[in-house]
This record gives sequence, C-alpha cells and structure tokens, in this order.
Amino acid sequence: MSTAEMAHEADHHGPPKGWKRWVFSTNHKDIGTMYLIFALVMLFLGGAMAMVIRAELYMPGLQIVDPDTYNNLVTNHALIMVFGLVMPAAAGMANWMIPMMIGAPDMALPRLNNLSFWLLPAAGTMLVLSMLIGFIPGTGQQVNTGWTLYPPLSIQAGMGMDMLIFTIHLLGISSILASINIVTTILNMRAPGMTLMKMPLFVWAWLFTGLLLIVIMPVLAGGVTMLLFDRHFGTAFFDAAGGGDPVLFQHLFWFFGHPEVYVLLLPSIGVLGLIIPTFSRKPLFGYKPLVWFMGILFALGLVVWAHHQYTVGMSLGAVTYFMIGTILISIPVGLMIFNFIFTMWRGSLTFETPMLFAIAIILMFSFAGVTGVMLAVVPADLQYHDTYFVVAHFHYALVPGAVFGLYAGVFYWLPKWTGHMYDEKLGKIFFWWTTIAFNITFFPQHFSGLAGMPRRIVDYSIQFTEFNVVSSLGAFAFGLSHLLFLYIIIKTIRGGKEATNKPWEGAQVGTPGLEWDLSSPPPFHSFTTPPAIK
Amino acid sequence: MCKTWKSPGGIFSVITLFLVSGAVFADYALNLPEPVSPLTGQIYDLHMLTTRIAFYIMVAVIGIVVYAMFKFRKSKGYEADQNMHRNMFGVWGWILVPVIVLGIDMSIAGSASSTLAQVEDYSDADVTVKVTGSQWKWTYEYMDDGVKVVSNLKKLEPTDELYLRDVDNPLVLPVGKRVRFLHTATDVLHAWWVPEIVYKKDSIPGYINETWTRITKEGTYRGQCAENCGTGHAYMPIVVEAVSEEKYNDWIHGQKLAMAKASAEASSDKVWSRDELVARGEKVYTTNCVACHQASGEGIPNVFPALKGGKIATGPVADHLNIVINGKSGTAMAAWKAQLNDLEIAAVITYERNAWGNNTGEVVQPADVKAAK
Amino acid sequence: MTTAQEQNYYIPEPSKWPVVAVLGLFTLVFGIVMWVNDMGAGPYIMAAGGVILAYLLFGWFGDVIDENQTGKYNEKVEHSFRQGMFWFITSEAFFFITFFGCLFYLRTIAVPWLGGEGHLGKSNMLWDGFQATWPLLQLPDDSAYVPAKEAMGPGGIPAINTLLLLSSGVTLTWAHWGLKKSNQKQLVWGLFATIALGLSFFVLQVYEYGHAYTEMDLTLKSGVYGSIFYMLTGFHGFHVTIGVVMLTVITVRSIKGQFTPRKHFAFEAVAWYWHFVDVVWLALFFLVYWL
Ligand code: HEA
Ligand code: HEA
Ligand code: HEC
Ligand code: CUA
Ligand SMILES: [Cu+2]
Repeated sequence: MSTAEMAHEADHHGPPKGWKRWVFSTNHKDIGTMYLIFALVMLFLGGAMAMVIRAELYMPGLQIVDPDTYNNLVTNHALIMVFGLVMPAAAGMANWMIPMMIGAPDMALPRLNNLSFWLLPAAGTMLVLSMLIGFIPGTGQQVNTGWTLYPPLSIQAGMGMDMLIFTIHLLGISSILASINIVTTILNMRAPGMTLMKMPLFVWAWLFTGLLLIVIMPVLAGGVTMLLFDRHFGTAFFDAAGGGDPVLFQHLFWFFGHPEVYVLLLPSIGVLGLIIPTFSRKPLFGYKPLVWFMGILFALGLVVWAHHQYTVGMSLGAVTYFMIGTILISIPVGLMIFNFIFTMWRGSLTFETPMLFAIAIILMFSFAGVTGVMLAVVPADLQYHDTYFVVAHFHYALVPGAVFGLYAGVFYWLPKWTGHMYDEKLGKIFFWWTTIAFNITFFPQHFSGLAGMPRRIVDYSIQFTEFNVVSSLGAFAFGLSHLLFLYIIIKTIRGGKEATNKPWEGAQVGTPGLEWDLSSPPPFHSFTTPPAIK
Repeated sequence: MCKTWKSPGGIFSVITLFLVSGAVFADYALNLPEPVSPLTGQIYDLHMLTTRIAFYIMVAVIGIVVYAMFKFRKSKGYEADQNMHRNMFGVWGWILVPVIVLGIDMSIAGSASSTLAQVEDYSDADVTVKVTGSQWKWTYEYMDDGVKVVSNLKKLEPTDELYLRDVDNPLVLPVGKRVRFLHTATDVLHAWWVPEIVYKKDSIPGYINETWTRITKEGTYRGQCAENCGTGHAYMPIVVEAVSEEKYNDWIHGQKLAMAKASAEASSDKVWSRDELVARGEKVYTTNCVACHQASGEGIPNVFPALKGGKIATGPVADHLNIVINGKSGTAMAAWKAQLNDLEIAAVITYERNAWGNNTGEVVQPADVKAAK
Repeated sequence: MTTAQEQNYYIPEPSKWPVVAVLGLFTLVFGIVMWVNDMGAGPYIMAAGGVILAYLLFGWFGDVIDENQTGKYNEKVEHSFRQGMFWFITSEAFFFITFFGCLFYLRTIAVPWLGGEGHLGKSNMLWDGFQATWPLLQLPDDSAYVPAKEAMGPGGIPAINTLLLLSSGVTLTWAHWGLKKSNQKQLVWGLFATIALGLSFFVLQVYEYGHAYTEMDLTLKSGVYGSIFYMLTGFHGFHVTIGVVMLTVITVRSIKGQFTPRKHFAFEAVAWYWHFVDVVWLALFFLVYWL
C-alpha cells in the first residue's frame, strides 16, 4: 500500500473528531493509546506513593505518615502498579500490536474493547477513593492490610475496604473482558496463512496471558466477595468461631496471585522475543520450544500458589509438593532465558535502547528468579518470609521482569506508533540512569531482609538504617529518571526524525512481521483487506 | 571504542561492587544471624547452599551474556550465523539445559526435605509455651507451670540502640531443653519470629500452629512480629532471654508465687478502695490498653476511640463492663474476660472512669465484674 | 469498511454504550458500598445504577440485534461472538469452582482441624467440646453465630428443582430442534416451557429459603455451613434469574421470527448459558444437598 493510498483512505475513514473519538472509540489503536496513557499516569501515581514509602523509611522513627496511612499507601502502591501500570500497559500493547501482527482489521469485539478500557479509570477512581475515604471521620479504619487483603485484618478495616473490594470487581471485569477479546482475536482474526506457529512470540505470550486471566480473575472476585459477606452479612468463611479459616482466603488470593505474576511477566517475555532477534539480526532461537515453555509455565503456574503461605501451617506433604512444584518452574523459565541468550549467540548485535533493556532484563530477571528459587525452599522461606528479602525478590521480578520489558516495548514500538524516532542518546541515558538507580534501590533490600527487617513496617530499629538510607536515595534517583522517560515520550510524539515503515534493520528476521509492512504511524484501520503472509 | 561498548559492562561492575562491598561491610548484619539452635543452624546451611547456587548461576549467566555482547557485535563486523540452531549445541541444548537445571533443582529439593522433616518433627518437648499474638503484644503461657507473661513494647527514642527492639517482660527459656511453641492469636494474624532460635509460623486466630527449638547458647535474642497486623505491626518486638536451667527454674518459681498471690487477691471478697483500684488499674491499662487507646486516653482518631471523655467511659457502668468483658466483634477491641481476672477488669474500668479528667468518681468492684459476666 | 459487505469484518461505529456501562456499574457499586455501610442514600444510588444498566442492556443489545438484522455480520463475526461467549462461560465456571473449592476446603480441612483431627487438630484446644460434623450443626463458638437446627437434605424441593431444571434443559433443546427445522411453533413453545420451568425453579427456591430461614435457623449467620450454602445456591439462583431474562429476550425475538435455522447466535448463546446453569445445579445438588 502506498502512502498516497493511505492518505486517501484516511480522508474517508479517518478518526472521528473531538472527545468522542476517544470516549466512544471502537478503534484498537485509539484504545491501545488510551491504555498506554492510563498506565503512564498510574506509573507516576503509584511511583509517587513509593516515594512517600521510601521517604518514610529513610530514617527510623515516624516522620511523614502515621502507621495506618503508611500501610494504606503500600496497599495502593501495589495495586496501582500491578493493576494500573503493568496490566494496562501490556493490554495497551496488545491492542496496538496484535491486530497488526496477525493481519486483522481490528480487535474481534471492538465495543467490548472500549468497555474493558473505560472500566479502568472507574476502578482507578474507586481505588484512590478507597485510600482517601479513611481520612473522613466516621468511615472507620484505613485499608492497612497490604495488597493481599488478608482477613481478619481486612475485616477490621472501614469503608475503604468495601471500596477496594468493588475496585477489584471492576478490575476483574475489565481484565476478563479484555482477555476474552484478545484470546478471541488471536484465535479467530488471523489473516489467511497466519498459522498459529507463525504468530510473533508476543501474540503467543498474550494468548497464554489472556487464558490465565480468564481462569484466575473469577477466583479473586469470588474471594473478595466472600470477604464482603464476612464483613457485612454475617457469614463465617474466614472466622474460626463459625467453622471458617482465615487461611482459606489466602488460598483463594494466591490461586489468583501466583499466576498473576506470570500474567505480569509473559507480555514482557513476548516483547523480548521480538526485540532480541531484531537486534541480533538472527531468528529467535527455538521459537516452537519457547511456545511450549510458555504453555508449561501456564500449567505449572496454576498449581504452585501456596509457596506464598509456607508459614500458615500446611502438612508436610502439602509443603513438599508446593516446594517441588515451585522449584521446577526454573526449568521452563530457565529455558526461556537460554533461548534468549542463544538468540544473541553468534548474532550480529547492536545496542539500541530496547536491546539494552532486553539484556539488562535477562540478567536482572535471572537474578530475581534465583532468589525466587531460594524462597521456594520451605525451611529457608520460614526465615525469609515477610521480610525485605521477599520485597527485593519481587521488585527484581516486577521491575525488570515486567516494567522494563514494557519500557523496552515502548522504545521498540514508539517509532511505529508515532511515526518519529525517539532520541537514541536520551534513551540510552535513561536506560543507564534507571537501571543503576533501580539496583541501588533494591539490591540492599536483600541484605536488610536477611538481617531481619520485616515488610509492611512503617518504622524500624536502627540496625537497619544504613541499608534503608541507600535504598531510599536510590529510589529517589530511580523516581527522577522517570521524568526523563516522560520527556522522551512527549518529545517523540511531538516530532523528531521521521520513522520509516521498518525502522529496525532486523525487525523481520524469522517472523512475517506484518506490522512492519504498514506505514509509521499506521493508518486508522490497519488491514482493510487481509495481507499476504510470506 | 564507542560508548555503548563500554557501558554494558557498567551494570555488572555495579552489581559486583555491591557484592564486594557486602563482604567489606560484614559488620552490618548482611546475612541471616548466626543460628543458636540446631534447626536454625540447618536452615542457615540450606540458605548458604542456595545462595551459593544462585551466585554461581548468576556468574554463569552474566559470563555468557557478557561474552556474547563483546564477541558478536555488529560494530566489529560480526555477521549473524543464521544456521546456529543446527549446530551441535543448538540441537543438544534442549536436552542439556533442562537436565542440568533439573539436577540443580533436585539437589536443592533433596537437601531441603531432610531439614523439612526436622521442622515438622513435633516429638515430645521439655517445655511448652503457648504464644498468643494480640494487637499489639505477646502473651506467653507456660503450659506445664501455669505461668503467664504479657510482653509489651518498651517505649524508647529512635536514637536508642534498642529502639523498637525491647520489651517490658521478655520470654525466659532454658538453654539445652527442647522447647515447643504453640502459636495462636486473639484478633488478626501475627507471626512470632526470632531468627536466631526459631523460624516463623503464623499465629492464626482460632487455630494453633507449632514450632520448636533447642537453644544452645545463653543470651538475649530479639525478633519481631512478621505478619502485618495493622497499626502497631512495627511495634511488636520479641525478646527471648535464654538462661541456664537453674536460673530458669528459679524464675518460674518466682512467677508462680507472684501469680498465686495475684489470684488469691482477685478472688478474695475484699472491697477495694478507689485509690487502690485506680493504682492497679493504671498498671493494667499500661500493659494491655495503651497500644490502642494511648496513654493519654485519647486513642487515635478514626481508629481507636478516645476514652477520655468517651461516651462509654463516662456513661453507664454496665456498658463499660460489657465492652471490656466481651469486646466488640469485627473490631480490634478484644474480649478481655479470658485474659484479665475480675480484679484487673474492675481496676482498669475504675481507672478509666477516673483518669484524664473522667471524674465520674465511680468505683467498680471485682464482684460487679463477676456479676456482669 | 463499515458497509455491510459479506467478506468484510464488521467494525462497529463509535458507540456510547461502553461508557454508559461503566457509568452504570460504577454507580451501582458505589451505591452498594454506601448501602452496606448504612448510608441512607445507598439504595437510591444502587437503584440509579440498576436503571442505567437496564437502559444500557436494552440499548447495546438493541444495536447488536439491529446490526445483525441488517446483515452486517458475516460468518467471522459470528465466530467471534461464539468464542467470546465460550470464554465468558469458562470464566463463570471458574467463579463457581471457587465456591466449590471453598466448600471442599471447609468441609474436609478446616472444620476437621477445629474438631481436633488432622494436621492442625491441636487447634481443638481452643474450642473445648467442639466436634467436627458436616453439615455443621454445632459451632466452635455459638455466641457469635447461631447454628442451624437441621441440615438441608436432598429430598423434597431440591429434588423437584433438579427435575425442573433438567427438564428445562430438555425443552430448550427441543426448541432448538424446532428452530433448526424452521418449526416456529415448536421453537416458541419450547422456549415458553423452558421459561416456565425456570420460573418455577426460582419460586421454589425462594420458598425453600424462606423455610430455611424461619424454621430451620439455616441462615447466612449459621456458621460456614450456612455461609457456603447460601453463597453457592444464591449465586446459582442469580444466574438462573439472568438466564430467565435472556430466555425471555430470545423468546420475543423468536416470535418476531428473527432467527434463521443457520444464523441464530443469540439463541445458542442463551442455550449454552442455560445448560451451564443446569450443570452447576447438578454439581450443587450432589455436593451441597446430597453428600
Ligand atoms: C513478575 C513477577 C514475578 C515472577 C516472574 C516471579 C517468579 C518466581 N517467584 Fe516470586 N513473587 C512475586 C513476583 C514474581 N515472582 C511477588 C510480587 C511476590 C510477593 C507477593 C507478596 O507477598 O506481596 C513473590 C513472592 C514469591 C515467593 C513467596 C515468598 C514469601 O512470601 O515468603 C516465592 C516462594 O517460593 C516466590 C518464588 C518465585 C519463583 C520460584 C519464581 C520463578 O518463576 C522464577 C524462575 C526463574 C528463574 C529460576 C531464573 C532463570 C533460570 C535460570 C537462569 C536457570 C537456572 C536456575 C536454577 C537452577 C535455579 N516468589
Ligand atoms: C509492578 C509492580 C511494582 C512496581 C513497578 C513497584 C515499584 C516500586 N516500589 Fe513497590 N511494591 C509492589 C509492586 C511494585 N512496586 C508490590 C506488589 C508491593 C507489596 C505491597 C504489599 O506489601 O502489600 C510493593 C511494596 C513496596 C515496598 C515495601 C513496603 C513495605 O513492605 O513496607 C517498597 C519499599 O521500598 C516499595 C518501593 C518501590 C519503589 C521505590 C518503586 C519504584 O520502582 C517506583 C519508581 C517510579 C516512580 C518513582 C514514579 C515516577 C516519578 C515520579 C512520581 C516523579 C517524582 C519523583 C521524585 C519526587 C523523586 N514497594
Ligand atoms: C487492639 C486494640 C485495642 C486494645 C488493646 C484495647 N482496645 Fe478498647 N477499643 C478498641 C476499639 C477499636 C474500640 C472501638 C470499638 C467500636 O467500634 O465500638 C474500643 C472501644 C473501647 C471502649 C468503648 C469506647 C467508646 O466510647 O466507644 C472501651 C471502654 C474500651 N475500648 C476499653 C478498653 C480497655 C479497658 C482495654 C484494655 C484492657 C482496651 N480497651 C484495649 C481497641 C482496643
Ligand atoms: Cu503482630 Cu504484626
Ligand atoms: Cu508466587
């Protein structure tokens, strides 16, 4: 399709004008853009909360917030980052890229797509309200439970807790609908000739992510519904006096929660599966096996949840099972790492920003993984559990494993999305700044954790001071680096070197790469007629 | 050398720097504390094993990636080998890698499971202590001797070396004996954890969990609550005094005498004067109630109601008795009838009705409490 | 692109319905939050949310039906709908599996522990004299909860209800056969019968709840037995209600003759849903009432 044709197209079927274009949208790219912007806003909101957390922990003693507000912030920080940043950003990329990658005109169910998105601002509003409401007298205690919402503490909390419960319902509906849509799109909307085994890895990753969400979100929804009933309607699910068990909630939460970490991880793995071949100029090493590994990860991920609850008093048989299951996850994930490294091996490497992120992710995520395996060892976890060692593990998993993967995706696709190249020099500065600051923030937390600092404490004894000072300073630097990130994005949107259809030399090695056949930025409707697959 | 050339190395230098500096600052606690019981010792060894494995894996991964980054650069004119997946390694790697990983996995799991069997070995104990977590204090009951100790945070300044680490009444344990802990809670989840001597298990209201230890060295060991229990979660330290067997027996004996005296007092028909009750009540209040209602009686707005000028504390006595005896379900206010004796309840209520300008002048006698129960 | 061409995938015009749905849901849950916290305006806000949602359902489904009637949907669009419905029902299934899982956990793990059996059996120390039974008619602590006087057996109403739902599945299939061979009468009567059976189920269930509450003391507050009983049967009943509403819609559409033997996705979707509700009931009947 020539550019002239494109322009002609746009005249007739261009986007509607004004606010209606966004609010009533049925266009996958517009909705994808809204997802991405929403995620960016949430990054700053959740990050600002992290900054308050780190500022409070800078020194022993109470300085900025009181204990309940602190744990309320922790709760909101986690939920905003997980449900507001990572999942929407990944969904935004899915929206943008999947139809283009598989040669579809749009998502399978465009109106549902818009519903999935617009539920997020509503849920986000409710989430923030759940935090603020506690400051109004007469509404009871703040939500000081942490994102895991364990009863009975969550039974004690006030009205904010009810808002949080419904926030989770709204988020749940949003994710389930989005997943249904994405799965259906992938299975039904591929252009003729785009067989499953030709799909870019990102699409596969999202297929598994979507399936995971369809399975786990209802479980979380059921769990918090029971919480609501225990709080207000006299049921006894989580109260031993009526025959219930607080631990039951933990099983429900982690049946959701553990697969959820792979929901956060997989889209990034998908992005890496595109970036690493591109900048190695060599097809992905072991495409088919990688698909299999994701499948194994999907299955194994669903049956190891209780490694978050080794301390609740499960039987020897149960903990042994969960330990072995969890440790075995190192096999599929290790093989993925192996695939990525051997894609680079004997390649022809260049180090643009997306590739720098990809390499850093391989290293830092492996590190998160090996500390994860340490945590999986039951007797040792009886020491590590609920300390900063765990906090360090999961930030290494979440920030490189999920967030940096998405940053890499942003840099990789910005030229396609905006039609402009980002400023490579600034991109590299951002990479180094953010990666180094990240490590300064979270590496010391392994030590404070081992030394015995529990998580979710607003105040600590002076023996932990040094590590916390370093960690807080790192966190501030890490936070500031994001202003540069924002600047780069805005600058790229507003102008810059024109991007060609295929700005990356190696973008099409080993994949049909339909998205690179379209112009940058692509026309409003991607493929009005199904493209030919090479 | 172009800039990107140099830079990828930077990240590793940072990480290594941290690792090295870790060794240099060995004075700061960097690792699990030195264990003083056989079981925590085994766990320590297990931890060191997995740490080493983790370290070697990281060295391998970093090594391979860094090598690849330096060797296969386009800027050095390296052409991509499009047929790599067909070479020896490309074909056999699929078997080699999982087998190696599985091998490592199984050796970790293997050595873990022998320790695990020890963890779950609940054979007979010499001393059994029931540890009850409540918002925000620990109650220790020596099951064989009927001795009970309530342990509260000792308030210190943030500059103090023992800030948030010291308590009024530590748990006293004998060295060399097998001690069994039964963990439970009265309100929300807590977790009793003293890393040197015993790993953590959650305290779950309504259920009993178990851990055990045998302390090998006399000394003072500190820990803290490790499961988020709300407002005071950071303020639930644990102190264990490990003493010789004789000292322990002496201590238990002393406690028993004191308890006998107290319970005799409580069950006597004596009618107490207001001042006596207020004085005792203040003590009860500072051990049991300050954590929430605060020493000033002003509570914490929106969380814990003020008793100073409070509706109940200045209203009808019956309501006051009721809430202290039975608590209020679904809130942090616990039922105190099982934890305090009649005299203590009477005293604390009398105190509350006469302190902080609540000058009701009323006196509640143990007999009133008995009647209200 | 947006013209009705058989070969092109239909991409709907911009639509207000998604944001109306969000508005409705937000209002509804906001109202519920206020209501459970005893704030006066709660029920009204809930009702407002409900009204918005009702308006939404009419509007959105109305649009879809229109588009369908004007032939904008090709085969592929139908496929998307079908798959979407399939995954939706899958997620619903996991919602119910959650509660069945809880039933299993409470019954075979938690309650026995409290009663002194199993891994955490020492917990019984805290609950002097409590013995584990299922259905749970004696509670660890009956000051906070009132135990039920008797358990809900499978005989009587539950058995009748099982029959009702099973036959409703049959009548619905019969209606489907009617549709496939263009027998309008069989289709409509089959649907009527299905709705009637569904409604009778619903009425009997309400009656049974009344009986349980007033005579058996089996309430939400009678410990975990009551809790899980009402949670499972309640959510099932809720799904029956939705099912009946959807059946009514497709009945009206059948009367208008909007389905053809080859193209009737809406009918199929409702039928799947109804059969799903049926299967859930069977599981309920065996696991909650019988065993
Ligand atoms: C993206 C998110 C993410 C990812 C991918 C992971 C991955 C893993 N996690 Fe993590 N985890 C979290 C996010 C994540 N986690 C979060 C958020 C929490 C805390 C939640 C909370 O309590 O609030 C948590 C907590 C957590 C715990 C509970 C700790 C506790 O509370 O006591 C455990 C315990 O087993 C654990 C284990 C693992 C394991 C084994 C993996 C594995 O998948 C890792 C596999 C990867 C590798 C192993 C590296 C690559 C492999 C090789 C290089 C091959 C060679 C390796 C070996 C032979 C070991 N995680
Ligand atoms: C994807 C998920 C995600 C992400 C990205 C992050 C990012 C960060 N997290 Fe978070 N975190 C969690 C998920 C995540 N976290 C979870 C699940 C928990 C557990 C909660 C629980 O216990 O319940 C947790 C808990 C948690 C704790 C433990 C609290 C406790 O247990 O008491 C801490 C403490 O250091 C922390 C810090 C940080 C920091 C510094 C960042 C940084 O990466 C943030 C960087 C980003 C920014 C800073 C934003 C952008 C910049 C600005 C706003 C500009 C202004 C900047 C300045 C003023 C300097 N997090
Ligand atoms: C873990 C926290 C906690 C502890 C410890 C605690 N309380 Fe309370 N108390 C509460 C809470 C929360 C309420 C409010 C209950 C409600 O919502 O009505 C309360 C309410 C009260 C009231 C009623 C106040 C009013 O005006 O409504 C009295 C009296 C009281 N407590 C006395 C005591 C005494 C005496 C003790 C110690 C023996 C004690 N409390 C220990 C948390 C606590
Ligand atoms: Cu008790 Cu935390
Ligand atoms: Cu996990």
